[in-house]
Amino acid sequence: MREYFYRHLQAFFSILGRLARAPLATTATVAVIGITLALPCGLYLVVDNARRLSSGWEGAGQISLFLKREVGEAAAGRLAERLRALPAVAKVEHITREAALAEFKRLSGFGEALDALGRNPLPAVLVVHPATTHSGAATLEALVRELAGLREVDLAQLDLEWVRRLHGWLAIVERGMWLLAGLLGAAVLLIVGNTIRLAVLSRREEIEVVKLVGGTDAFIRRPFLYQGLIQGFMGAVLAWLLLQLSLWALAGPIRELADLYGSGFGPAGLGLDATALLLGAGAGLGWLGSRLAVGWHLRAIEPR
Amino acid sequence: MIQFSHVFKRYPGGFDALKDVSLELARGEMAFVTGHSGAGKSTLLRLIALIERPTRGQALVNSRNLARVPRRRIPHFRRELGIVFQDYRLLSDRTVYDNVALPLIVTGTDRREIPRRVRAALDKAGLLEKERMYPVTLSGGEQQRVGIARAVVHRPPLLLADEPTGNLDAQLSDEILELFLDFHRHGTTVLIATHDQRLIERARARVLHLKHGELVRDTGASA
Ligand SMILES: Nc1ncnc2c1ncn2[C@@H]1O[C@H](COP(=O)(O)OP(=O)(O)O)[C@@H](O)[C@H]1O
Ligand SMILES: [Mg+2]
Repeated sequence: MREYFYRHLQAFFSILGRLARAPLATTATVAVIGITLALPCGLYLVVDNARRLSSGWEGAGQISLFLKREVGEAAAGRLAERLRALPAVAKVEHITREAALAEFKRLSGFGEALDALGRNPLPAVLVVHPATTHSGAATLEALVRELAGLREVDLAQLDLEWVRRLHGWLAIVERGMWLLAGLLGAAVLLIVGNTIRLAVLSRREEIEVVKLVGGTDAFIRRPFLYQGLIQGFMGAVLAWLLLQLSLWALAGPIRELADLYGSGFGPAGLGLDATALLLGAGAGLGWLGSRLAVGWHLRAIEPR
Repeated sequence: MIQFSHVFKRYPGGFDALKDVSLELARGEMAFVTGHSGAGKSTLLRLIALIERPTRGQALVNSRNLARVPRRRIPHFRRELGIVFQDYRLLSDRTVYDNVALPLIVTGTDRREIPRRVRAALDKAGLLEKERMYPVTLSGGEQQRVGIARAVVHRPPLLLADEPTGNLDAQLSDEILELFLDFHRHGTTVLIATHDQRLIERARARVLHLKHGELVRDTGASA
């Protein structure tokens, strides 16, 4: 058992030495693997951050209650008080008819036309912010139905449709990300396989001699498997660094944009789980690509 | 140690390199395989080392039926042989020591045991001083002695050599021959393919003469 462990260790370090002696080829392979792995991970970050950002919006999904014309300001105020007491409601803004008109004038530029109308055509509005504990889609819809049924309410409107559409898009992009990850994973297999193929062919003499003195296929495979594993792992580390670098470069502009929207949003990097998955996938793909290539090419090398 | 009965070897392409060869080599015996170039000497050794498989006939080596050794057992089978080549087949990026240690490393020999065994083999080949050198810095005779040390470091019962002196002058050839004779005296079975008549005469051992793939003469057990 000790011997076995020692032999693995020896193969591992002899490969590290081999890789270090060919820094250019090693760097090129690792760079290609790194960029290939970084692509799906980058897409993952986009989806993940978009989802985190929009889940903030979903919580803020607000309900606008347009009150009936005959409801007076005092009655509207009382209704607002009643709604505030509901557990599903966090906050209620009361926009009086005058305030609504003033805002409409300011934003639309139709001020004079409205003045010509002589009377205020706008209803009073209560903007209901649901409590975060009640922000699920089903709960919200139930709340909307309840509010729409109130005597004073003309129309209840949930401003959530676009968030839902965004989520639909995100689901599509996420599926695309997994497809891309699969394709690029296969690409990593091919890259590693090709590198290992060259390594095997360049050590043909040595392999023949090792076979002649009684080396098993497993013995001959071992260093190549480590080579694939190490290169795949290093590629994954590089992918991680590339992602961190991109995040770092984008963090400034994103934060500025978020500030404009009055949001404290900042982009998140790969979490612990995703990082472990990336590193594991890199090492695993490297090992597998090497195993396939070595298995294939070793058979063709028989001593003369 | 070696028993061939009616062995044929046909290479892909249809060339019959060995035809109906029957022979027996006892444990501890020493013999030369000779014959013109293309007579089938190398083919005979390659069958014994399972580098090639016989097309027909039965071949036993070290009491193993060659036809019944599956591919994955070949490495284990070869660990009981030592093979010496005309072109030495040394690994140029490893030192003399590492070249000789190779058969021990592939078999997973206890790593505390390896230096002792390697040095014993190098000592026998007269190469103790050269263990840290690389093969290219050695003369042809020295390189072949490294090849021989590698072939015997794991103390195989059977030693095969294919034209071991083919690239060496008379004096170096004699030194190499001395080594083989010494292993033979210590009980190793030795089979050497060569067309060097001078070497065969000096050794005064058994001779198997091949001609166009057929065994035409066998001088019988050695003197
Ligand atoms: N791999 C091979 N494929 C086809 N023919 C071969 C192969 N190896 C050897 N031969 C042929 O078999 C014959 C015997 O070869 P070999 O055993 O090498 O002879 P020797 O070692 O006595 O010179 C030669 O004619 C050679 O051309
Ligand atoms: Mg030959």
